[in-house]
Amino acid sequence: MISEHLPALQVVIPLLGAVLCACFKRGVAAWFVACVASVAVLIVSVGLLAQVYDGGTISYALGGWRPPFGIEYRIDIFNAYVLVLVSVIGAVIMPYAKRSVEQEIPADRQAWFYSIYLLCLCGLLGIAITGDAFNAFVFMEISSLATYALIAMGRDRRALLAAYQYLIMGTIGATFYVIGVGLLYSMTGTLNLVDMANRLAGIEESRAVLAALAFLTVGISLKLALFPLHVWLPNAYAYAPSMATAFLSATATKVAVYLLLRYFFTVFGVSVVYADLPISWIFLVLSLAAMFGASVVAVFQNNIKRMLAYSSVGQIGYITLGIGIANETGLTGGIVHLFNHAVTKATLFMAVGAIFFRIGSVRIEDLGGVGKQMPWTAGAFVIAGFSLLGIPGTVGFITKWYLGLGAAEDGWWWLVILIVLSSMLSVVYIGRFVEVMWFRDVVPAARRAKEPPLSMLLPTLLLTGATIFFGFDTRLTEGVAELAAQWLLSGAR
Amino acid sequence: MTDVSPGLILLLGALLVPLLRGRARSIYMLALPVLAFVHLAALPYGSFGAFEFLDMNLVTLRVDRLSSIFGYIFLIAALVSVIYSLHVRDVVQQTASLIYAGSAVGAVFAGDLVTLFVFWEGTAIASVVLIWARGTEASYRAGMRYLIIQVLSGLLLFFGVLLNYRVAGSISFDALNLETQAGLLIFLAFGIKCAFPLLHNWLEDAYPEATVTGTVWLSAFTTKLAVYSLARGYAGTEILVPIGAAMTAFPIFYAVIENDLRRVLAYSLNNQLGFMVVGIGIGTELSLNGTAAHAFCHILYKALLFMSMGAVLYRVGTVKGSELGGLYKSMPWTTVFCIIGAASISAFPLFSGFISKSLILSAAMKEGYFWTWIVLLFASAGVFHHSGIKIPYFAFFAHDSGKRCEEAPLNMLVAMAIAAAFCIGLGIMPGLLYSHLPFPVDYHPYSVEHVVTQLQLLMFSALAFTVLMRTGLYPPELKSVNLDFDWTYRRLGKSVLQSLMSFGQQIDSRGTATLTRTVKAFLSRLYRHHGPQGVLARSWPTGSMAFWTTLLLGACLIVYYF
Repeated sequence: MISEHLPALQVVIPLLGAVLCACFKRGVAAWFVACVASVAVLIVSVGLLAQVYDGGTISYALGGWRPPFGIEYRIDIFNAYVLVLVSVIGAVIMPYAKRSVEQEIPADRQAWFYSIYLLCLCGLLGIAITGDAFNAFVFMEISSLATYALIAMGRDRRALLAAYQYLIMGTIGATFYVIGVGLLYSMTGTLNLVDMANRLAGIEESRAVLAALAFLTVGISLKLALFPLHVWLPNAYAYAPSMATAFLSATATKVAVYLLLRYFFTVFGVSVVYADLPISWIFLVLSLAAMFGASVVAVFQNNIKRMLAYSSVGQIGYITLGIGIANETGLTGGIVHLFNHAVTKATLFMAVGAIFFRIGSVRIEDLGGVGKQMPWTAGAFVIAGFSLLGIPGTVGFITKWYLGLGAAEDGWWWLVILIVLSSMLSVVYIGRFVEVMWFRDVVPAARRAKEPPLSMLLPTLLLTGATIFFGFDTRLTEGVAELAAQWLLSGAR
Repeated sequence: MTDVSPGLILLLGALLVPLLRGRARSIYMLALPVLAFVHLAALPYGSFGAFEFLDMNLVTLRVDRLSSIFGYIFLIAALVSVIYSLHVRDVVQQTASLIYAGSAVGAVFAGDLVTLFVFWEGTAIASVVLIWARGTEASYRAGMRYLIIQVLSGLLLFFGVLLNYRVAGSISFDALNLETQAGLLIFLAFGIKCAFPLLHNWLEDAYPEATVTGTVWLSAFTTKLAVYSLARGYAGTEILVPIGAAMTAFPIFYAVIENDLRRVLAYSLNNQLGFMVVGIGIGTELSLNGTAAHAFCHILYKALLFMSMGAVLYRVGTVKGSELGGLYKSMPWTTVFCIIGAASISAFPLFSGFISKSLILSAAMKEGYFWTWIVLLFASAGVFHHSGIKIPYFAFFAHDSGKRCEEAPLNMLVAMAIAAAFCIGLGIMPGLLYSHLPFPVDYHPYSVEHVVTQLQLLMFSALAFTVLMRTGLYPPELKSVNLDFDWTYRRLGKSVLQSLMSFGQQIDSRGTATLTRTVKAFLSRLYRHHGPQGVLARSWPTGSMAFWTTLLLGACLIVYYF
């Protein structure tokens, strides 16, 4: 039965696809392969979510080696959700990629671009699906190396520096991660996460385990761009090719958040992380710093991609805030924001990519009157912008509602006020660009611009629709997130 | 169909506007409010449109006497505004204005706080488009300030609703109180939107910066939605009486010294809201009827005044009092309509303002709010001065500015004619409006006492005005105001008032200067750290990134160990 082997297919399909892409010379053929692979990956992940939803956690022994000796792929409600999230974005973005990549990447490198993209997809899915600490490291390296290359393919020469800086920082993060895993291995003698959690019982307080937790926290936080470890992110997102930015902003940091939650809740356990250590407070303080500090920076940015990148840092603050609040409602808010922010930010970056496709600039002074020339694209930008603001009827509101309720449950009224206030900043940074796009006279750069080709417009509008749809019908997103939060808080067994 | 809120007809209908062209679009836009009106008229009283959202039961449509009177007037205002803006070709403005009106109507029929919040935000966001659409730097800045304050009001509401849900477990939108934190926050949210004193600046700041047609839309919905919400949630809340009284009085001082006639109208809008707030604060059936009736009439005559000034702005390009004058020769119809609006807002007998304002004044007297009554009387005289006399006089008469222009476009004239017909019709036949008020009405505005008092007030002002004009004393406008004040408060001497006013202005300007300085210093510091060259926005050297990583690791280790 093929459905038994879905876990393996989830990473094998993009991996094989990447190899196949590299064999082609022409971009179109590689694009086609990437398209097929992305859609297949989506089908597999939805299938997995359905299986988990009905039948509970799946344990898949890779190559038939029984865990904990072999590598185990372990799919529960939480990582099935993350897999769907990554593969949905990956699939939706593929039709969009074709024209955008044709314009931004030299013809002789397009096949490589798709190959690298599939490797990145494979890495991200791998981190989410594996139940093995070291295997996660391997996938993390795959995705990271692919990401460096994707960023470096940006047309702007600053992309090279951005990629280099991310390379250094990413490597430090990965090194910290592997040091943490090494320490845990030396204490428990296992790399299987479930097994590790069992063997940690009783020795949680030892210095080596605490040191491992510190290394893991910082290493993964670097990957998820927790303030103040976010400094690699703005340049990387600003100068990468449009399609890569849209994909990475929606998925890469989310997978890192997943990994962090996995260690916090399933390996170390709530009692160790939250009861004995002040993790809550560290995350609260840093999240708030991100929500305000990065958002204020976003207000002053004149490069729209860089503005959105800083806004991402701020939005990641909301997710980590959910981790900091750490009751069921707050955690639900954080987890549902993984999806909500992915959809919102992908829409924004895709709209901006489409504008770049027509205008060739992402600076505010070249965007005057774009709304009149490209009403659908700029309209998508506005609606996704509403979602960042947390306007009811968009996904952003759902997040804010749960985070607010979660903070209220703990009696942290001051935190509710801060959540509310921080969204005022997004009013300014989004409003600034909306005003320029819609109400200024058309600038010369935009005069000849028209709507992007349908292959770019439709995926953007599809995600725009999703930001509204999931703002009303929350059964799928919030429902699964709540299950995941319950599962994590109940000790994840 | 009973589950569909009339607001949704406008709101969802607005989304199709961009797909239509030319005449079809105009007809469609006219049809939407009519359709919503017919739908509303057919709705029985009760709660409909229930659905579940985030484990809460929402009631999206609650029709009762209070909500329907506001619903009707909002839809009438929407229709008049659509007619007035038929010449506009800007699809963004057209769509946004209908979304704005639809949100306001939706909010009025909201049966729970979450639905209210949703539409509340809708009005905030859609309305800013009408300001930004002017496309000037000033309108951008005013619009941004407006948006921030409106969204802040929305977020306070959000916070209050959340608190209410957590503490009381309820999201129903019925009588609230100020004893709980939630009630206080929601009150504050309503208060911002209602332009309470000290929370009012957004109104005078932004409305005059909107487009010609935008201001007409804006004048109808945002603040009256807040009045409705206050009437629904806080009827009989004592503190509203002094708040409302202050609101009626203080904008007058600013209105007399203001030169931009649309801004004068914004101040007088604020002043009129005060009457409604007083009515809510008194909280008897008579006073609440007064609030609803006054909101109804006010929306129409205020829209009429804004429309006439909009027509002037449209034709002449300015509404500065000092640059206008003598326009009655060029725009006779607009002049007539403006005077009808001015007569209504001044509450001349036989005009709509009279039949609604009397309800509130009588209620204040009846419940023993003597001083409030006095303040309201004084405010009435002030209204007559700046809206009743100043607006038509400076725009259409006064010294001839030599400006010659065309009469306003036909669609504007039709819109103004409809509003003017309402103003006179309701003034002559108050029964038409009274029968739709929230509570049964047993009130006769045209009693000898009312009419005589009001005429005395008005005639005296008019007499004073004429005397001053004849003796050439008028142009320093302050004097005539003092005369009005004199008449109202005989005991207070001219000089006291003048010094009070200059003192007030001094405090105001000094306070503003300090505030501006502080804000500027704060912003420049913010910019130093967060601006494009600030430490947080620079591209960091790789080394310092690594340094921070190490630092955080060290911090984590230390914290975990101890």
